Amino acid sequence: MDTSINNRGAVFDKLFYHSTRLCAFAVLLVIIAIIISLIIGAWPALKKFGFGFLTSTAWNPVTEEFGALVSIYGTLLTSAIAMAIGVPVSFGIALFITELCPVWLKRPIGIAIELLAAIPSIIYGMWGLFILAPLFGDYVEPWFTNHFGDIPLLGALFSGPPMGIGVATAGIILSIMIIPFMAAVMRDMFEVVPAVLKESAYGIGATTWEVIYKVVLPYTKIGVVGGIMLGLGRALGETMAVTFVIGNANRINASLFMPGNTISSSLANQFTEAVGEIYTSSLIALGLILFLITFIVLALAKLLLYRLSKQEGSRT
Amino acid sequence: MFKKVFRLTMIIAVMVFLSAGIKGQATASDVMAISGAGATFPYPVYAKWADAYNKVTGIKLNYQSIGSGGGIKQIKAKTVDFGASDAPLKPEDLDKSGLLQFPMIMGGVVPVVNIPGISSGSLKMSNELLADIYLGKVKKWNDEKIKTENPGLKLPDRAITVVHRSDGSGTTWIFTNYLSKVSPEWKSKVGNDKAVAWPAGVGGKGNEGVASYVQRIKGSIGYVEYAYALQNKLTYIKLHNRSGGFVVPSSKTFQAAAANADWTHAKGFYMVLTDQPGKDSWPITGASFILVYNNQDKPDVGKAALKFFDWCYSNGSKMAEKLDYVPMPDNVANLVRATWHEKIKDPQGMPIW
Repeated sequence: MDTSINNRGAVFDKLFYHSTRLCAFAVLLVIIAIIISLIIGAWPALKKFGFGFLTSTAWNPVTEEFGALVSIYGTLLTSAIAMAIGVPVSFGIALFITELCPVWLKRPIGIAIELLAAIPSIIYGMWGLFILAPLFGDYVEPWFTNHFGDIPLLGALFSGPPMGIGVATAGIILSIMIIPFMAAVMRDMFEVVPAVLKESAYGIGATTWEVIYKVVLPYTKIGVVGGIMLGLGRALGETMAVTFVIGNANRINASLFMPGNTISSSLANQFTEAVGEIYTSSLIALGLILFLITFIVLALAKLLLYRLSKQEGSRT
Repeated sequence: MFKKVFRLTMIIAVMVFLSAGIKGQATASDVMAISGAGATFPYPVYAKWADAYNKVTGIKLNYQSIGSGGGIKQIKAKTVDFGASDAPLKPEDLDKSGLLQFPMIMGGVVPVVNIPGISSGSLKMSNELLADIYLGKVKKWNDEKIKTENPGLKLPDRAITVVHRSDGSGTTWIFTNYLSKVSPEWKSKVGNDKAVAWPAGVGGKGNEGVASYVQRIKGSIGYVEYAYALQNKLTYIKLHNRSGGFVVPSSKTFQAAAANADWTHAKGFYMVLTDQPGKDSWPITGASFILVYNNQDKPDVGKAALKFFDWCYSNGSKMAEKLDYVPMPDNVANLVRATWHEKIKDPQGMPIW
């Protein structure tokens, strides 16, 4: 009797092991299938334009000349703006909630952040176009142009007519969209720091900043970088919200207030009406490039973490 | 007891259902649904027609407005019964794919501006000027060229922001076709397509995207379908047409452009209505087309689709005009019906119309 129960348990164990393995392998399989189909789809364009596809700024459906540089530039620039605003702010939010906030306020702020994360991106896009862009165009952009427009080099960043639509607006919308993700991950990370560590630090007379910088951050390093990467991944791939406010012009401008283009907004705009093999294939090639960019970013993050942990070892 | 009654009703229901199915197969000629896909520009009027037709006949039309390019792809893949496109296919392209094309509805594309102090119809533009603005050559509203064409109009010292479509679209095809016809420079530098390499400006997604950008940006100029200009109360301009008159956009000037079109001699109904002669003709008028196969694998479905289009030609004009579209004139509709009879065949080679 006993053995049969044991046997049954073993069978179920095996079944469980295999079904979970199946799920895990399915992910791998899907990723590989996506890469293969992207490469097959992008092949005609890559064959025709070669390496020049990456460095060309052309995007001309009439003459069928395509290049990815403008879209790559726009994707990286908007994401950089989003990270420059988003990382410090979400860092502040997470620290405030875990370390400084009165207990009764923790929950409301936490729930508000989770709600922000749940808003669909199209809503951000419409809000950006109808509310943020007008405010930005009427008040913020003229202020920047008036105060910094005359400074050489820096002024070029803030030149052009104040439209409220452009790379800067797209970056700001993106930062608002990724803050809840990063803040939520960072908060969860900061919360798992053992109280005894923090209390000992306070006990030897450390200030709040010292506790955060020397105890909390080193302890949660991996998680924090992971959260930032999650945000960056979302910023790189975000489509609808960016498409609404970036202005969708295939040009590289020095000014942050001028329109630009990202890979995902190009795809969203043009895929339905793209006719002809090279046009469609060039769009798929853009998708492949976005895939590679995301991959490189993730790889760099892993490398960063690896080097950080190595340094740690040598110091102690 | 209850169980028994329940089971009995279930059996009866299944039997009724099955017999209905058999009956439906027996008389396959009464097709209950037609499917189509394509252009977004005529979608409102197709939806309206489909709804009215459904009330009269009970036949459902399932139209997906996925864009002209998508419509052409879908009909070529035979996943739909008809495709719809704002840009006409070339006759040789039609022959190659065995498709028949005919015009269904017309409309106008309207340049709209947002200049403080300028009201609808007060700003006049020649064709070259509009092309120069879209080429990025005229950069300010108080440019000499604009001033000389509009003496007496107070124009601000404001930068011109050009707004165009960011997505590929039939509207862009019509607009760039017009610019290519009136400006040799546009033709050689940019060209005519559903998406082009714009020399200047910002791109809005869809007609609504362009409309909201124009409303947002002071000093902007954009182009939208007439209905969007009306709905959003945008400021339209007067355009100079080929016969030398200044015209405002209205269903009357669209009709004037259409009336001068010579459909009889247009092979495969390849007809572009931009830059038409006639002193009342609006220069940026366009037709939207339907694509069906010459050889129908399923003649019943094909015939049901043709019946629907026939009904729209005969009964749909009022509904189209209400939505600010221009219906096809009767003589064109009769020409289309004659072409159906001549070209569209069932597998036995018999005309289905």
